[in-house]
Amino acid sequence: MYGTGRIIPALAIFLGFMTFAVWYNAGQAQQPPKPEKPKDYKECVAPTEYMRTSHMVLLNEWRDDILRNGGPRTGVTANGTSYTRSLQNGCMNCHNDKKKFCDTCHTYAAVKPYCWDCHLEPMKEAM
Amino acid sequence: MKKDRRDFLKIAGLAAVAGIGAPSAFGSLLRGSDEALAAAPAAGGEEAAKSGKRLGMVINVRAFAAQPELAEKCTEVCHSIHNVPDFGNPKDEIKWIWKDKYNNVFADSSHYKRPGGLAEVPVLALCNHCDKPPCVRACPTKATFKKSDGVVAMDYHRCIGCRFCMAACPYGARSFNWRDPRGKDENGNPFIKTLNPKFPARMRGVVEKCNFCTERLAVGQIPACVEAVAGTGAMFFGDLNDPNSEISQILSLYYTVQRKPSLGTYPSLFYII
Repeated sequence: MYGTGRIIPALAIFLGFMTFAVWYNAGQAQQPPKPEKPKDYKECVAPTEYMRTSHMVLLNEWRDDILRNGGPRTGVTANGTSYTRSLQNGCMNCHNDKKKFCDTCHTYAAVKPYCWDCHLEPMKEAM
Repeated sequence: MKKDRRDFLKIAGLAAVAGIGAPSAFGSLLRGSDEALAAAPAAGGEEAAKSGKRLGMVINVRAFAAQPELAEKCTEVCHSIHNVPDFGNPKDEIKWIWKDKYNNVFADSSHYKRPGGLAEVPVLALCNHCDKPPCVRACPTKATFKKSDGVVAMDYHRCIGCRFCMAACPYGARSFNWRDPRGKDENGNPFIKTLNPKFPARMRGVVEKCNFCTERLAVGQIPACVEAVAGTGAMFFGDLNDPNSEISQILSLYYTVQRKPSLGTYPSLFYII
């Protein structure tokens, strides 16, 4: 075998770089994101499990129902609390800090929803 | 020419297929022309749908002649609550409701020997919420559509910015966001001066237009422009199909005109000149 003196160390360095993410994070468990829940409200519009996986589906359903079918603008939770079926005027009423709620999971999961290209996030001075 | 039994059967078979197929082929061609013919005599601007709700508006140009500042007020109110950007440049202008000259709004009417001063009166123009909206037919993604109450609405999520609707609209009621509406100009001033936190903004690359304040109608309010001129008799809003509504009463009392009625779009906006 030719060039052993160069190839073996180079391979070792290459493997070291390739597996950097594995051994750098070894021993420390990744923390799942902890979105900050609103303090004043105990109940969301749907069960937590559903909201966690399918809130985007719900938002699309609200939009199409209200805009195209003239559906109701308000809904009622399981416990009888009335809410506005709206991202900007509904969800963000309780979850009034986008950075501490929406962004924690979206950043963790590396998803970039385009909601905020148009919709306005709650403004501090307006609260 | 000798024909054997085999050739005769082939020709007979082909003739049978052609005979059966031809009427349906012609029929499919004729159907298109039927539609075109059906639309033609109805043109003239009378209402098309007589059942269900059809929201409409009456704009009293005489009231605007008496108080020209009302027009500016309507635009300001509308544009501020709907987060309409002001790019400070007529080429990029976004407008939901705007004042224009009589000669431009009614470009196809005769302007010869009109009463003096009419050319100077600000005439409000906005989306006509047509009963047969050409923009809806042009939209390839169904981003714009006709609601059951007659409002021509838009779903900005679905707009791909092709601008077919702008080409289709004969009233220039649609504007395209060439720039990011939430951006800032060279001096650092935001294009939307004060954001209304209750209403979304738009993004670059979508078309926008008047939505007849559908978000206000949903909570029992009237359109913001009509509310802004309340008490002056300058604008009326209501259901055109309800004979007892205020707007129907007004329309039965006054002679009104519509914009470009000959196009057969059936506008829901009426002007008292």
